[in-house]
Amino acid sequence: MIGSKRKLILQPQSDPTAIRMSTLTQHELILGLFEAAPTTFLSLRQLGKESFYAQGLPTLKSEEYKFTPLAKKLESNLTEFYPAEQVEISHKQVKSALFPNFKGVVLVFSNGHYLPQLSSTSEGLAVNLLSERENTPLGSIAKIDKDPFVALNQATFTDGLHLSLDKKKALESPILLLQFHQTQGGQVISPRIWIEAGDFSKATIIDYHISLDEAPYFVNKVVEIRGGVHADITYHSIQQENNQVIEVSNLVTDIHPDAQFTSTQITLSGDMIRNNLTLNLLGSNSVGEMFGLYLLHGKTHVDNHTNVDHMVSHAESNELYKGILADQSRGVFNGKIFVRQIAQKTNAFQQNNNILLSDDVIINTKPQLEIWADDVKCSHGCTVGQLDEEALFYLQTRGIDKITAKGLLLYAFAGEVLDKIEEDSLRNYIVNQIQKRLESNF
Amino acid sequence: MSKDNQILENLTSKEYEHGWSVNYEADEAPLGLNEDIIRWISAKKEEPSWLLEWRLKAFKTWQAMKEPEWSNVNYRKMDLQALRYYSAPKQSKNPKNLKEVDPELIAIYERLGISLNEQKRLQGIAIDVVLDSVSVATTFKETLGKLGIIFCSFSEAVKEHPDLIKKYLGSVIPMTDNYYASLNAAVFSDGSFCYIPKGVRCPMELSTYFRINAANTGQFERTLIVADDSSYVSYLEGCTAPQRDENQLHAAVVEIYAGAHSEVKYSTVQNWFPGDKNGKGGIYNFVTKRGICAGDHSKISWTQVETGSAITWKYPSCILKGDYSIGEFYSVAVTNNYQQADTGTKMIHIGKNTKSRIVSKGISAGKSQNSYRGQVQVMKRAHNARNFSQCDSLLMGNQCGAHTFPYIDIANPSAKVEHEATTSKIGEDQIFYCNQRGIATEDAVALIVNGYAKEVLNQLPMEFAVEAQKLLALTLEGSVG
Repeated sequence: MIGSKRKLILQPQSDPTAIRMSTLTQHELILGLFEAAPTTFLSLRQLGKESFYAQGLPTLKSEEYKFTPLAKKLESNLTEFYPAEQVEISHKQVKSALFPNFKGVVLVFSNGHYLPQLSSTSEGLAVNLLSERENTPLGSIAKIDKDPFVALNQATFTDGLHLSLDKKKALESPILLLQFHQTQGGQVISPRIWIEAGDFSKATIIDYHISLDEAPYFVNKVVEIRGGVHADITYHSIQQENNQVIEVSNLVTDIHPDAQFTSTQITLSGDMIRNNLTLNLLGSNSVGEMFGLYLLHGKTHVDNHTNVDHMVSHAESNELYKGILADQSRGVFNGKIFVRQIAQKTNAFQQNNNILLSDDVIINTKPQLEIWADDVKCSHGCTVGQLDEEALFYLQTRGIDKITAKGLLLYAFAGEVLDKIEEDSLRNYIVNQIQKRLESNF
Repeated sequence: MSKDNQILENLTSKEYEHGWSVNYEADEAPLGLNEDIIRWISAKKEEPSWLLEWRLKAFKTWQAMKEPEWSNVNYRKMDLQALRYYSAPKQSKNPKNLKEVDPELIAIYERLGISLNEQKRLQGIAIDVVLDSVSVATTFKETLGKLGIIFCSFSEAVKEHPDLIKKYLGSVIPMTDNYYASLNAAVFSDGSFCYIPKGVRCPMELSTYFRINAANTGQFERTLIVADDSSYVSYLEGCTAPQRDENQLHAAVVEIYAGAHSEVKYSTVQNWFPGDKNGKGGIYNFVTKRGICAGDHSKISWTQVETGSAITWKYPSCILKGDYSIGEFYSVAVTNNYQQADTGTKMIHIGKNTKSRIVSKGISAGKSQNSYRGQVQVMKRAHNARNFSQCDSLLMGNQCGAHTFPYIDIANPSAKVEHEATTSKIGEDQIFYCNQRGIATEDAVALIVNGYAKEVLNQLPMEFAVEAQKLLALTLEGSVG
């Protein structure tokens, strides 16, 4: 049953000449990308390439990418289709990019290439390049057949980061992955990150993307996280890049018994962004939490797909995604909760709320439950609406002007997600960014 | 636990009570599907040439289509060439009244508990009865005729009211709509037609009763309801089929057209043969139902109680085109044993200030799979659209599944859309509470399920509500998971 459905989504075709590209140009563009791929991890790349050819770039006909025409977007925004080279990053740039009052480990990247000379580390944390850890089971968590972009990343990534946290090590301050992006326009950045957290370890990771100029580029990121027993991992991702950026991010994590994983996805800008977040709850008493906030303006298109797979009993998942959409932006949300037959005593909650501020916004939301076990408590809720007119009026009667009142209410709406961020420096930074946006009437 | 198992055992061994079949002489088309068969059906029904052309065009479109695979059901595909596309009980042509209807046929319906006998009928329900492919009898025709209401079989309407049929046939569900709707358009054999003139409130419930009797027959009926401005009609549909080992296909089309200020209420109690406890046999119920609120302030309300069919695949939808129009969808879908249901609704908001409400209650037991798939779409110009959706699932037994696929697509900022869904089993504390009060577990389940489905059952006309409640109790009796 499950297999047959997957077939529907991907429809593998073995003949490479028959790939479902929207045009031939794109096909050629991607060939260029394959040719330029490094010669490391050869067998892994080969598998990725074959899988990508079998799946093809998703068209609007594929259910999972129904509302997000990535193929078309890639074609229109990108002129070249080659792996982006590393560019020079100065200490000063790193320093100015840090959140005020941030203290912790900083790992710096330029176009997906790790820069050890600018990075710091901490006791109990091993930071390596993937090429230094050849035995890493890459692709065992983020599987190539689940998404064509995972396959594309596996076929074309340059090198990546291997983070390993010792057993019982609780990092007090967060790890910041500072990812600088700067290309000559139309290049592909394929970051690949593998995070391994030992049993009883604890860490907070902040994944922060910064554009250094206004040129378009394509980020195709894959993050695999394996948390040990009783591990507690928090992963914050902040997307605040220029308005020509196309980004596909695949974050897949295996959560083992008694472990906890929390994800926060904040999207503030970009052109077309697709975030695939997959939580595999493999152990009982494991908890997966997903929070998301998207504040969109201009023509930003954000597509958040989350997938929670409850594979065992007594696991819990909790999801809250909120969106504020203005101008001609478009939001897509697809939250899937999959409860397998043996996953009895599952608790799974999901909520998606959206506020629409302008006439030209579009929102497509699909909170999806697939439940094969009976002793479960699962619920989802979804709303699309506007600010409460009465609340707005009430504030105005108290002498607060309309724009400020609107800002207050929107801030309160977003606050529910922001409150989930425990790291003060990050939360303050985002609150600041959002308040700036609200003051200027979005 | 052992008691639970025993109760479950009882439930799964429950026989389908309408599983008998009757031997009567039937007029049948040869097996298979091709242009000649369509011509044959059309000739048999003495149809005008425009309708034949319409059918052939639909057939051409259908040939180019692929059977859809996106739904969350799993079944062996049907060999459409091995089906018979027309089967009619032989009887004297066009019975004028019930006396001329073959007593054998009347006996079938008496056995189903549907009396066609007008005099004995206390409740005022006019019935159009469809057996296999053709409409057998329509009751209360004269009473309705006085008000200008047309309620007759589809073939009769084609002959007597060609203008209306020409105007509305395919206007809501075009023949190119989907695989099964196109197939239906090509080979539909009969069905009901109902027209309520301007300003008329139909004084009685109109009802169609479908039964598939013959083996290897597909039933393809077509219902067309046209409610002119400021009219009101409540329409009921019921169905059963004999117990057979092979799967049978039912691919019907229901179109509803609602003019300004009109209201159409369409209720279905679907009890097709669901297959035996090993999942053998049963009806494939692939139905396309859609209504259009064409005029301002119009309202279409779908209520369905789905207890039968091996596979149910239907999405009664509303196109809310008129300003201030209202669409409603109330559904209880019960699946047991190996039944699979993928059902839901589509609410397409086009007009201003349109409202829709969706209440879907799924109950899965045994090894069945029950999915809600719905779409709420608010178009760019549909200002102040309002939708509320609630889809709850109740699971009984640890081998069944409940799934929800709600699509919410909004392109207007003034829309207010809410969706909520829950999935759970009957709480042990609820059962325990009932037990404490001296209510046996089995009765407690019935009580809780009835309470759970009440919101939907309340929407049914009284006579149907009783039947639906009985059906629910019968399908789920004792299923304590």
